[in-house]
Amino acid sequence: MPTLDQVPPGSRCRITSVRGPAALTQRLLELGLLEGEELSVITRAPLGDPIEVEAALTRLSLRKSEAAHIHVTQPD
Amino acid sequence: MVTRTLTVALVGNPNTGKSTLFNALTGLRQRVGNYPGVTVEMKKGTARVAGAEIEVIDLPGTYSLAPRSPDEMVSVDLLLGHVKGESRPDVVVSIVDATNLERHLYLTTQLLELGVPVVLAVNLVDIARSHGLAINFARLEERLGIPVVPVQANKGIGLESLKKAIAVAADLNTPPARVVTFPDPLRRETEALCDTLGDDVEPFLATRALLDVGGHAEKQLAGRFGPELVRQVAEARARLTAAGCPVPAVEARSRYAWIREAVAGCITRPAQRPVTWTDRLDRVFTHKLWGTLVFLALMFLVFEAIFVGAKPLMDLIDSGREGLANFLRDAMSAGPLRNLLTDGVLKGVGGVLVFLPQIMILFAVIAVLEDCGYMARAAFLMDKLMAKCGLNGKSFIPLLSSVACAVPGIMATRVIENRRDRLATILVAPLMSCSARLPLYLLLIGTFLSDPWWLPGVALFGMYMIGLIVAPIVALILKRTLLRGETPVFVMEMPAFKVPQVRTVLRRMLDAGWAFVYRAGTLILASMVLIWATLYFPARMPDGRSYDAVTSELQEEVSKADEAEKEAKEQELATVYGEWKRQTLLGRAGQALEPVFAPLGWDWKIGMAALASFPAREVVVGTLGIIYNQGEVDPKSIREAESPGETPLAKTIHAEWSADPARGKYRVPVALSLLVFFALCCQCASTLAVIRRETRSWAWPAFTFGYMTALAYVGALVTFQIGKLVVG
Repeated sequence: MPTLDQVPPGSRCRITSVRGPAALTQRLLELGLLEGEELSVITRAPLGDPIEVEAALTRLSLRKSEAAHIHVTQPD
Repeated sequence: MVTRTLTVALVGNPNTGKSTLFNALTGLRQRVGNYPGVTVEMKKGTARVAGAEIEVIDLPGTYSLAPRSPDEMVSVDLLLGHVKGESRPDVVVSIVDATNLERHLYLTTQLLELGVPVVLAVNLVDIARSHGLAINFARLEERLGIPVVPVQANKGIGLESLKKAIAVAADLNTPPARVVTFPDPLRRETEALCDTLGDDVEPFLATRALLDVGGHAEKQLAGRFGPELVRQVAEARARLTAAGCPVPAVEARSRYAWIREAVAGCITRPAQRPVTWTDRLDRVFTHKLWGTLVFLALMFLVFEAIFVGAKPLMDLIDSGREGLANFLRDAMSAGPLRNLLTDGVLKGVGGVLVFLPQIMILFAVIAVLEDCGYMARAAFLMDKLMAKCGLNGKSFIPLLSSVACAVPGIMATRVIENRRDRLATILVAPLMSCSARLPLYLLLIGTFLSDPWWLPGVALFGMYMIGLIVAPIVALILKRTLLRGETPVFVMEMPAFKVPQVRTVLRRMLDAGWAFVYRAGTLILASMVLIWATLYFPARMPDGRSYDAVTSELQEEVSKADEAEKEAKEQELATVYGEWKRQTLLGRAGQALEPVFAPLGWDWKIGMAALASFPAREVVVGTLGIIYNQGEVDPKSIREAESPGETPLAKTIHAEWSADPARGKYRVPVALSLLVFFALCCQCASTLAVIRRETRSWAWPAFTFGYMTALAYVGALVTFQIGKLVVG
């Protein structure tokens, strides 16, 4: 199953699970990145990391190492 | 009837307009509250509500009440009334963003469980309306069971209704009913834990201990109840996972499930999400090419603003100080008191005030960048680069500012939320080559490295590179050793763009300036006076006269002397002045420490100049002038000289070093060793005072001074020894 850091900019995906260090997982959940939530990856920073994503109405900057803890499915 | 002053706490996510609301409620009547052991500051102010004064506390912005650090725990402790000397808030105002109610209500649902009346202030209703959102406030009030007030904090709209709602809520004093029901297994575990902990521990804290894995509530309770509690909590979490309620997901799921259902009935949205200004601007600002160009242009402007923009004001402060010193010199007779006032106190006060323009300009720029939402984009662009040295994107602007001056740079680290990253940034900021090093760079490079034509440029570039190379290495080492710890969360909200508020910007500027003068200024002044004393006493000449009186007389003679005599008189004055300073406490210390300086290629004169520059690096130039009988050379005259290598001081240094039998041959390695020393050392009382103020500890400034001095010494030693080998 792909993780969020592998999703190319400009595409959408759906969260299947968030499994990371306690502090990170809790922060992501608090910000509404729950299972089943739809996300779109907006862009990558010029140096390739971090990535900018949009969930519901919140835009977030995530390091790739953090995005790697978010498992997603992508529509074909 | 004796009435207690009501206390109201403002709580909300970052970028909600919380500070704007706080400023609108309290106006100019604000102060800063500090708490032992933490670096967070909470602003307090007074507002008038229904004819009575109430105290308003602005809590740091947060996404949830799940404390993960001592800093975050203070907010929870304060809301529960556990902070000594602070009364528990009578009303909590939960401020939320109307354009993103779902996410913001997450925190609100937690606040409802504290047992304190809550009033909901829905901010930015105008922007929500422009996005096509229609909010039914009456229905929202019904669902949440608390008063809901729409406001526009930036325009002051809705403030009166908010104040009224606060007054009514305080009067009724009924704790709100909790709206989110947790699944049965979690409820049972919470109740069981509450039973074990007893009535002293609020159910809120017990719930947090259960839900926040590795969080601070658990740590705090473990400190009170011992390791048995940790085991119990771990077992409870295992049971919850088995029951299909894994921690921490169960909390977010339950809250968001309730919020979605509740909000769905209160908001009507346009069929299609409109393309906002933020979408459009973000496309440019985070673009690979355009985003980078805009960033570089903006950073150039930031740098110019503090480097060049502050200069006229700094010059004005300098000349004001000089004018006042001259006035005192004329008005008073020679003696320790006059000298203390003109050379100690006035220099100290001037030395403090001279930072103000840079600090205020930098904070105005930072306030604009943060308020409009660009700061997060800048951090986004720079994060990878800064991550390579163990920092994060928010460290960039503080470090950039430090190239102008570490003092505003260190103050600017307040934008970094993570404590360890902030500390690492503070500790390496003084390594950046600041403008106070420039006079010495120019003087020595102009004197010893002026030939061939390309050498001065390369040498100066090299001096700046030292800081740029050493700072990241030190940061990386610090993050792997002293400041090692759990990887922090870098998830950062990219807030919507908005027009910055003049009032917010002015406020930040004034606050920063005041904080510097009030807290760091006294310390800087004290250290200046101390150094002054070591450079003044003893002031008795071998024949019993006072050096101070004699130099004053000579000064007078110089001003009265005609052209023919003037030069000789000036030389006599400089000689006596040099003689005086060489036998002062500091001069003697320099001579006693000569063996320490010898491996660096320095004689005691250079060593004394380095010691005397503790108040500020540029003082080294003035002291060199004194020691080499050139009078106290103004660093500005070196900075502004067409060719610093042709100034009288430069010529004297060149002649003296060349004539020295031990050093003559090695004068270039000596110059390089002194340059490297000043590139790496922390001879800056103001920097240390500001580190003390920002970290609230003496240990960090002491550590900074220690490690930088060691680094500078070793750097200078290696430079001189290698240089000696090369010269042969």
